[in-house]
Amino acid sequence: MGRQHGGVTVTIARTLNAACEALAADPEALVLAGGTDLMVEINRGGRTVDDVVVIDRVPELQGWHREGDMLRLGATLTYAEMADPAFASLVPALAQAARTVGSPQIRAAGTIGGNLATASPAGDTLPVLAALDAEVEIRSHQGHRTVPLDEFVIGVKANALAPGELIAAIRVPVLDGPQEFLKVGPRNAMVISVASMALVVDRVGRTVRVGLGSVAPVPLRAIEAEVMIAARLDWAGGRSPTIHDVERFAELVADATRPIDDHRGSADYRRRSIEVLARRALIRAFGEPTP
Amino acid sequence: MSAVSTTLVGDRKREAGIGESPPRPDGVPKVTGEFAFSSDLWHDRMLWGGTLRSPHPSARIRSVDIGPAMAMAGVYTVLTHADVPGAATYGLEHPDQPVLAADVVRYEGEPVAIVAADHPETARRALAAIVVDYEITEPLVDPSLAEAAPPIHPDGNLLRRIHLRHGDPAAADRNDLVVVEGTYEVGMQDQAFLGPESGLAVPAEDGGVELYVATQWLHVDRDQVAACLGLDPGLVRLTLAGVGGAFGAREDLSLHVHLCLLALHTGRPVKMVYGREESFHGHVHRHPAKLWYRHHADTDGTLVRVEARLLFDGGSYASSSGAVIANATCFAAGPYRVPSADVEGIVVRTNNPPCGAMRGFGAVQTCMAHEAQMDRLAGALGMDPIELRLHNALTPGDRLITGQVVTGTLPVAEVIRTCAGSPSAATRPDQPMSRPGGAGRTADATHVVRGEALAVGFKNLMFSEGFDDSSEARCELQDGVATITCACAEVGQGFVTLAQQIAREVLSVEEVVLAPVETATIGSAGSTSASRQTWMSGGAVQMACEEVRTTLLVRMAAEYDVPVDDLVLADGRVCSLSGSLDVDLTTATIEPVTADVVHRHAPTFPLDADGQGNAHVSFAVSAHRAIVDVDPDLGLVKVVELTTSQDVGRILNPTQALGQLEGGAAQGLGLAVMEEVQVVDGRIRNASFTDYLVPTALDMPPVRVAALIEQPEPGAPFGAKGIGEPPTISSTAAIVAAVRRATGLDLPRVPVRPADIALADAAPRGAR
Ligand SMILES: Cc1cc2nc3c(=O)[nH]c(=O)nc-3n(C[C@H](O)[C@H](O)[C@H](O)COP(=O)(O)OP(=O)(O)OC[C@H]3O[C@@H](n4cnc5c(N)ncnc54)[C@H](O)[C@@H]3O)c2cc1C
Repeated sequence: MGRQHGGVTVTIARTLNAACEALAADPEALVLAGGTDLMVEINRGGRTVDDVVVIDRVPELQGWHREGDMLRLGATLTYAEMADPAFASLVPALAQAARTVGSPQIRAAGTIGGNLATASPAGDTLPVLAALDAEVEIRSHQGHRTVPLDEFVIGVKANALAPGELIAAIRVPVLDGPQEFLKVGPRNAMVISVASMALVVDRVGRTVRVGLGSVAPVPLRAIEAEVMIAARLDWAGGRSPTIHDVERFAELVADATRPIDDHRGSADYRRRSIEVLARRALIRAFGEPTP
Repeated sequence: MSAVSTTLVGDRKREAGIGESPPRPDGVPKVTGEFAFSSDLWHDRMLWGGTLRSPHPSARIRSVDIGPAMAMAGVYTVLTHADVPGAATYGLEHPDQPVLAADVVRYEGEPVAIVAADHPETARRALAAIVVDYEITEPLVDPSLAEAAPPIHPDGNLLRRIHLRHGDPAAADRNDLVVVEGTYEVGMQDQAFLGPESGLAVPAEDGGVELYVATQWLHVDRDQVAACLGLDPGLVRLTLAGVGGAFGAREDLSLHVHLCLLALHTGRPVKMVYGREESFHGHVHRHPAKLWYRHHADTDGTLVRVEARLLFDGGSYASSSGAVIANATCFAAGPYRVPSADVEGIVVRTNNPPCGAMRGFGAVQTCMAHEAQMDRLAGALGMDPIELRLHNALTPGDRLITGQVVTGTLPVAEVIRTCAGSPSAATRPDQPMSRPGGAGRTADATHVVRGEALAVGFKNLMFSEGFDDSSEARCELQDGVATITCACAEVGQGFVTLAQQIAREVLSVEEVVLAPVETATIGSAGSTSASRQTWMSGGAVQMACEEVRTTLLVRMAAEYDVPVDDLVLADGRVCSLSGSLDVDLTTATIEPVTADVVHRHAPTFPLDADGQGNAHVSFAVSAHRAIVDVDPDLGLVKVVELTTSQDVGRILNPTQALGQLEGGAAQGLGLAVMEEVQVVDGRIRNASFTDYLVPTALDMPPVRVAALIEQPEPGAPFGAKGIGEPPTISSTAAIVAAVRRATGLDLPRVPVRPADIALADAAPRGAR
């Protein structure tokens, strides 16, 4: 079924089963979705080309749909598709994150599954998925399993996939409440994040959830800050938080970071950025603070 | 010798002639992707070349074992320094750079061995199989220690020192002067062209070699390549391949000698294309610099004396460092009247990446510093910074700090006035995407502060210090078609359009064919750099065309027995004013008319021991006004508006002029806020376009042209000055000044990094 290209077999899967079978036959094969990470790796000489299973034409992996209170996002859902207003109204932070990714060309080709599988600390959807407590649906020839996000991303560019497995979908909840995604980079577009933050509010569950990017090997949650602000918010009355609460929240979010110094920014700058983003995100969500 | 004409032939505009914007001949192919760049070269039976580079900034080579690579299937040859038959080293000013490293490597990325193989992947594997035994040595990476450090090269660590002394050294020995002092720093910028180094060498039957390569100056390449190959220059024939940007980075040799060596050794055509990361190691960068300044002025703002110490890091090899530091020193005080100056310019050798030519060539670094000083001085005087600049603006007849009198045009005050006086159209953005942080949506309106500032810069046009700077062009007019031959490298600047416009203007022809750009058919056109090709090669084309016109009219006058003064060339016809003769050009030139001229600009002279002398031909000045929005908490910047005025002599092609102004300003914006080759311990940490950031459409505002000051320059063809470099010079200085204005911070360094702003309050006062 595959085609030979200079010693490399390229399998263009048309069904999820076909993709899983191809991976079962050759568990070392590379999965290719949009190719915006993989081809860069290969061209840089960072990866030798093994056999390839192309998944961007598998209908079961495409698009998104609602399942009750949840959305099922196909692994090959692209950034451009996430900008769709219907999608953006359901998970605004994910749409905002998608809009910050790369250039129009990258957003047309790059997929959420690829972002997740790459598991870069700077992957822009990761903090949002962390804040949403996303679940990752993994498929293989043998069946499927579901893994929570914090068990899926296990280190810098390391994920929980076993050989022969692929990401089929990602499940995120549809929540009642504001959402924000903010990303800091030294260029106004097409830049790798130096620090990023997602804030999602669940008015029904009365929680505030914070996901942080580029400030640790894996996407982080700021649990202490989340608990603190949830307890201080006027859920029934809708009064905005006090200046003191906002400052305390920002401090606790910044405390949750474990940033490093690298050529893109210093640990100090990353920490400071997260503190600023936390303050701004909270104010965008709940309004200007009261004294 | 005849000279270029600074005026137009007639007062009427010619179709697609001077002052028009005809379409570029290479425009559509470039936009549609059909243009063949040097990386698209192809030849039957061609092999692929590759380069093994030093992973260390400083090491001794104990041994190189090519055996395992040679033994691989598909590998045709592996060469080292021992295989270089001619000169072991090359260089633009001093031949100090090895073709292939012999006993030491002096920068990370220095070529050590080269291979030719049947496939790029085979070449890559062969390179990995070469075993080099390095003894790592401590790299010299701090330029301030270079002079005192043990020499890392037989030629020593001092590449050039110029101590310029001008006017009365005691001029500032008064206690009624206002004095401001500052130390500034400029990071290492890259030219960031899109087309990586690439070329194809084909061995020739006569023992020579044909080299197709993207370059800025074919003939100087040829001479260096021939010397290294030990061949007569006539046996090394270069043809210009499609150039994907240059900006100075293609003035030095890169893969030229390597390709020829591989082709001559294998007897096969060999192609080589650098990868992006390799390209960052494969060409020179803009010199990083540390600059100390002290300005002394009267209380009315009149400059009395400027002192400066300029330390440029040349990296491991000389390249054009000597000329760069000369420019930095000569233009250190900016386009102002400075009666007394003491400027010491030093460029040293280190184990950092080699630095050389880049658009602006030494004047970029000093402009950022002298303009910061002028703003500081205005602050200390309580004077408007624009008034201060106007008060001290150079005018023709004034002396530069080199003692040279400005004899041509130099409308400094006009440029400042028009730029400062141009109304701004800047509004307050209502979208987070249009605020600092852009697509990251980080700033709300309340987080943003705005700043506005103006800066002025100037530099020389063409080569200086007595260099014999020439360009040759040939014009052949036959059957009404003009063919222009000139070795001017088209690197994107639009000479191909301009040469046609000039020929149409002078000869009144419609069709102008440009012959291939190669060394075999014509002499040197000089480099496409120093804002010189419109003047030099444009001038050569103009002169060749004028000679053809004269010859033709003389021939026609003799043939038809009419006085030559009675004949004109107009609308594609040779006519007599009296009406007795009217022949169309096609008929008139069945017998071809040819002229070949070498154009030289007015001579220049070396600088003396005090850095004084008539070292330069001509100057151009520009001003930028920048309006920026800054998010001080995150240190993010959005340049909202850039307005410019420039001294252009005369506009030959309005569209192309605008292209230079826009592109140059974008490059200047890059240096102001993001572009830096980050070097730590001699190693480049961001050798990719993922991490070496250049401005995107969301970073670069439209360039508003306040005024193009057209004062025809004596000695320049049609009076046109070079316009390529000034936009890069004053834009950086204006943007950083506006960021200073917005934040109230000193910001003595470019590029301004987000942490420089966001963490400024965390730094102790004295450390800023
Ligand atoms: C110019 C440029 C700009 C970029 N900007 C950004 C940015 O701003 N923010 C950001 O986060 N990223 C950015 N990226 C990175 C990249 O675009 C994203 O990570 C993208 O989401 C990758 O998706 P893809 O479909 O292209 O993945 P691919 O390149 O096809 O695959 C990436 C990796 O994931 C694996 N993979 C893909 N799909 C699956 C699956 N369903 N199951 C298992 N494994 C899978 C592949 O085997 C491979 O290892 C940029 C890349 C480029 C080239």
